This record gives sequence, C-alpha cells and structure tokens, in this order.
Amino acid sequence: GPLSERRLMDVRLGELPMWLATCDFSLQGLLGGVQKAWSSYYDKYINVKRGGPAGISMLLAGYCLLSYGWNYQHISK
Amino acid sequence: VLHIARPLHTSQQCSAPLPPLPEKGGEVRHGLIPEEFFQFLYPKTGVTGPYMLGTGLLLYLLSKEIYVLNHETVAAACILTVIIYGVKKFGPDVAAFADKLNEEKVATALAVKNEAIKDLETAIEQEKKEQWRVEGRSYLFDAKRNNVAMLLETNYRERLMTVYNEVKKRLDFQVAMQNLKRQKEQEHMIQWVEKNVVQSITPQQQKESIAKCILDLKALSRSAQAAA
Repeated sequence: GPLSERRLMDVRLGELPMWLATCDFSLQGLLGGVQKAWSSYYDKYINVKRGGPAGISMLLAGYCLLSYGWNYQHISK
Repeated sequence: VLHIARPLHTSQQCSAPLPPLPEKGGEVRHGLIPEEFFQFLYPKTGVTGPYMLGTGLLLYLLSKEIYVLNHETVAAACILTVIIYGVKKFGPDVAAFADKLNEEKVATALAVKNEAIKDLETAIEQEKKEQWRVEGRSYLFDAKRNNVAMLLETNYRERLMTVYNEVKKRLDFQVAMQNLKRQKEQEHMIQWVEKNVVQSITPQQQKESIAKCILDLKALSRSAQAAA
C-alpha cells in the first residue's frame, strides 16, 4: 500500500527516510502513536484470559534498561 | 461542562457481543523476549542465531564496560534468582486461583442470564394460558345468563305464590262471614220460635196438660202394677 499507512515492520530499509518524513511528529501525533503502541502491547500480552509472567516482566526489564541508561554517567565513575 | 464542538458517537455502533478475549498472550521465550524476534532471525541464522547474538552482545557490553559489574550486579542477581524461584514454584497455584475467580464471575453472569431467560419463558407460558382463558369467556357469560334467568324465575314464582295466598285468605274470609251470618240467623230464629212457643202456652193449657200427664202416669202405673 501507500508508504504513509504502512507500519514500521513493513517498511523496507531503503524507504526508511521517506517513511520517517511522512510520520506525524506533532505532539498529538506522538501521543497518538504512544497510545497505539501501548494498546497493541496491552492487547497482545496483558489483556488475555490466561496471561503469564511475560506481560509485566517485559515492562520491568524495559524499565531496568531505561533507568540504567539514565544513570550510566553516575555508575561508570 | 460539555463542549458541544466535539462530535459524539461518530464511530460505528456495533451491537454484537464483544469478541472474546484471546486465550493466551503472545509467545515469549524465557519470559523476556517475544517469539517474533526468534522467528525474525530464523531464516538467516537458524535456531542458535538469537542466542549467539545475545552472548556476543553481553560480552561486548562487559568488555567495553558499558555494563559495569559492581555490588548492584550481585544484588540484581540475587533478587532475580528469588523472583524466578517464586514464579516457578507458585505460578500454577496463582494461575488456578485467578482462573477460579474468573470462573465464578462468569458463572454468576451466566446464572443471571439463565434466570432472566427462565423468568421470561414462564411469563410467556402464563401469557399463553391467559390467552387460552380468554377463549372461555363465552361460556362464562352463558353461565351468568343462566344464573340471572334462574333468579328471575324464582322471584316470579315466589310472587305468584304470595298472590295466591292473599287471594285465598280474602276468599276464606268471605266464606267465614257467610257461615257466621247463617249460624247467627239460625240461632236467632230458634230462640224466637222457642220464645213464642213458651209465650203461647197459656196457664189454662198448662193446667190441662198437667192433669193429662197425671192421668197418663196413673194409667201407666196401673198397667205396670198389672204386669208385675
């Protein structure tokens, strides 16, 4: 389909700059993107009948990595 | 305060029941990495690809001191061991408990729905019964009409009886009156005749009759003496 409506995983590597150009980087667009990402993650891993540890453990791991990244300057001293 | 500028109810109204939740979440290997990553690398590197990638990345981070090893590492390792041990040991029990809670919720909802269906069905039955009863209305009215006719007939006959009794009483009265009158006339006539007869017996006649009676008695006594 047209470039602007494809998801990130379906975009080829050569078309990546063009796809980034068509992206909506305003505040509303970014918030909408975040909302969509969260809802797709939520529906896939948490909002199921028999979930497992995977749903929240991935979130916690991401949080660990993020906090390590933020504190890297302090830790590497 | 509702700002009317924002249009409401613009999406399609879907009245069908919601699709059911998926049974299981997306596949995740080792609890951290989604299966899609492994499938993504499978065509190019086979089965061991992602693990090699992970090992290489880890060694790179360690050697370049991007990931420093200090007391926090040891603490993180201990905490992770405990958490993993807890999850592996108590996971199924917690899952069973949560499933039971869900079951109860679903069961109550289902019970309510079945109750409602049953109540409505009984209501339908009763409604049909009422409709059947309505057909019998004509018989009801016939019976009532018969009752009323019977009452009228009874009343009429009672009144007829009253009339007959009253008329008989008056006629009896007339008859009794006539009898009484005749009786009184007879008595009066007898008394008058007796009185006149007694008056007509003069003293002369009385003496003659007494003398005749004495003569008769003497004759009788003579005949009686002669016979004895």
